[in-house]
Amino acid sequence: MSLLLKMLAQRIALGLLLLFLVSILIFGGTLILPGDVAQSILGQSATPEALANLREELGLNEPAVGRYFDWLGGLLQGDLGTSLTSGQDIASAIGKRLGNTFFLAFWAALISVPLAILLGLIAVRYRERWPDKLISAVTLASISVPEFLIAYVAIFFVSVRLRWAPSVTTINDSMSLGEKLHTISLPITVLTLVVLAHMMRMTRAAILNVMQSAYVETAELKGLRMFTIIWKHALPNAVAPVVNVVMLNMAYLVVGVVVIEVVFTYPGMGQYLVDHVSKRDLPVVQACGLIFAGVYIGLNLVADIVSIISNPRLRHPK
Amino acid sequence: MSEKLLKVRDLKIGATVYPPGEKPHDIEIVHGVSFELAKGQVLGLIGESGAGKSTIGLASMAYGRGGVQITGGEVWVNGRDILKTSQGDVRNLRGGEVTYVSQSAAASFNPAKKIMDQVIEAAVGQGKFSKRDAEARAVELFGKLGLPDPENIGNRYPHQVSGGQLQRCMTALALCPEPDLVVFDEPTTALDVTTQIDVLMAIKEAIRDTGVAALYITHDLAVVAQVSDDILVLKMGDMVEYGSVDQIINNPQEDYTKALVSVRSIDHAEKAPTPEPVLKVENITARYKGTNFDVLKNINVELHPGQTLAVVGESGSGKSTLARVITGLLPQSRGNIHFAGRDLSPSLDGRSREDLRELQMIYQMADVAMNPRQTVGTIIGRPLEFYFGLKGAEKRKRVVELLDEIEMGESFIDRYPAELSGGQKQRVCIARALAAKPKMIICDEVTSALDPLVADGILKLLLDLQKVEDVAYLFITHDLATVKAIADSISVMYQGEVVRYGGKTDVLSPPFDDYTDLLLSSVPEMKLGWLEEVIANRKMESAGN
Repeated sequence: MSLLLKMLAQRIALGLLLLFLVSILIFGGTLILPGDVAQSILGQSATPEALANLREELGLNEPAVGRYFDWLGGLLQGDLGTSLTSGQDIASAIGKRLGNTFFLAFWAALISVPLAILLGLIAVRYRERWPDKLISAVTLASISVPEFLIAYVAIFFVSVRLRWAPSVTTINDSMSLGEKLHTISLPITVLTLVVLAHMMRMTRAAILNVMQSAYVETAELKGLRMFTIIWKHALPNAVAPVVNVVMLNMAYLVVGVVVIEVVFTYPGMGQYLVDHVSKRDLPVVQACGLIFAGVYIGLNLVADIVSIISNPRLRHPK
Repeated sequence: MSEKLLKVRDLKIGATVYPPGEKPHDIEIVHGVSFELAKGQVLGLIGESGAGKSTIGLASMAYGRGGVQITGGEVWVNGRDILKTSQGDVRNLRGGEVTYVSQSAAASFNPAKKIMDQVIEAAVGQGKFSKRDAEARAVELFGKLGLPDPENIGNRYPHQVSGGQLQRCMTALALCPEPDLVVFDEPTTALDVTTQIDVLMAIKEAIRDTGVAALYITHDLAVVAQVSDDILVLKMGDMVEYGSVDQIINNPQEDYTKALVSVRSIDHAEKAPTPEPVLKVENITARYKGTNFDVLKNINVELHPGQTLAVVGESGSGKSTLARVITGLLPQSRGNIHFAGRDLSPSLDGRSREDLRELQMIYQMADVAMNPRQTVGTIIGRPLEFYFGLKGAEKRKRVVELLDEIEMGESFIDRYPAELSGGQKQRVCIARALAAKPKMIICDEVTSALDPLVADGILKLLLDLQKVEDVAYLFITHDLATVKAIADSISVMYQGEVVRYGGKTDVLSPPFDDYTDLLLSSVPEMKLGWLEEVIANRKMESAGN
């Protein structure tokens, strides 16, 4: 057991180190971006004195290293700073939107992950026959079309023609869960289509790989049904690669959702980030960047940990 | 006449092959085989690789591995032709009436599931036993098969028990559903000889006690002679000879069977040591990085020019590690390697090109030791270019000479490894090693993956080449018959130490130390009743102590 714990502790420590390095990268990256916050706040016609005053006020003249450690110290206490343009506390502004993004990602994942694995299993069961080919064709087609195009096509047919679901997906606290889910049904569908192919193909490949092994032959010679063999003998040994790709796609559901949020005007992190990039509001961009990085690293960490735990040799040492 | 349990009539099996550079096509790999098996009887299927013995064994479960398909004939089990029965009935047959024990239990157990769950799966899945009854039966079988702690061993995972124990668990798995027939497919081939004898005895007793019938598939006639009632000899998918075990062993009729019975006919007289050894290993101690355990402890051996030192031992004895140390792949932590009048640097980086040239190596797996995209000519030509700078016609001339030396000839020069048989591949590897004109070749289990007759040919070739080229061999093997055939001196290794060392005659003559005695008495002999004799002797000895 100690080896397992040691490996897990190592992974977590590496994840934290990575997050720290990313914070340096994000801070440094935003420093070298062209443009100037003061300029964008005051506009082209601002006088040099006004610009200088505003820069002084915003603390933009301090040395970068000092500002980085101020920023990092604040982060560790949960203080993401204040927005340069609106003067609001970033943490409270983000909190709500992050919740919305997670809400959308959670429901998209809840549908897409089991669906992808189920489709992968079916594809294995009927490999090289028409169900396999149909599943592959449909999922590959849906991943190949840009997501905004799928989104607009879906809006046109489902919202405009059929009037089944709204195209503007603004949700708020006064709505019941059912109302919320109905409101976001279109973005969920589009996101599912986008992430399905990747996970389904990986499940199929990983299980087919395991299906070559001698213990699957043993299971066949025990007279078990094909689906029992896939479910009980193949899937448990294909967990590691499948979890990895599932986590990558879940990270995408949080981090890569920008386009979908903009198309559906969903009040999530993506919209918020895009707004503030265009305003050159660096603290907000940095905070969003760091949160996205944190989610990405966190989910990949989960994948690593699940892979380690799924190895029976580590879980049950001699 | 009583109703036979298994009747196979004119069985034909085909497969699709994908030869390089040709269109895939179907070939027949078993050409009309017929045999019968009564309840409680054991039939040995014997032959070399490609004889179709596993394929026939699996056909008795209506199963074709990979692209293999049963193309004709009848297979009757319990009074019905299983090739014509329904899918559902085939599932009832597999794991119910007929079960299977594979060569590698380590690969055949699912690493993610407990042993018990896998052992009872078929018995419970077929509805023959309740879960509780199946578990009770499994525990009883574990005990009968001589597994330690039968009550609890089922709660362990496959990687938590040894190879020999897992092979017995696989036998328990096959016997658990109370089948009428068990197909044993080389069940002891992957085991060390000292482990093989215990597993063999356990299988034999289990067959006797449960009254089950068995198909026993192996390439080792000495093994099959211990467990079978009848033997069917196969060659390239054809029946060669079919008779009682007594008749096949003591009075074989066909030439092929005679060759199998008399295999290992090489007689090699021991040569006396010379004053100056080519290799002198002094006090070598070594361990792998990141471990605190010495895998080699204070090893001292010598090898004389033009002679063969056989290093014998079971898996884990450190014999391959010794080869890694001598070649410089694993630097020793203590000790010296003296080679051809000079000290060798412990690490590979410190060795000169001349050191590398004079010390060559041949591996167990010839097909993975060659680049599959290079022709035989390129493979053998590479050391000629690298060490001697030979090019063009000169190089080709030397490659042809080497091909002649390994009894293959110029026609093979443009062939790819995939177009060669197992024995031919190993010959090409030998030619590649000889091309460097080495003083010494390390042969690491070079005949272990080959059929007995082919292996015999390789050993004869190695001995002939030794006379011509005056090259010394460090011959690593677990097979004592091979050792007897070619060695001049022998070093017996056990748990990282040399337990016995000297000239061949001395090492193989009594009095023995305990380990060498165990090792020698465990090698199956081609005679009926050998297994019982050995077990009885051992029981007497342990009772006497």
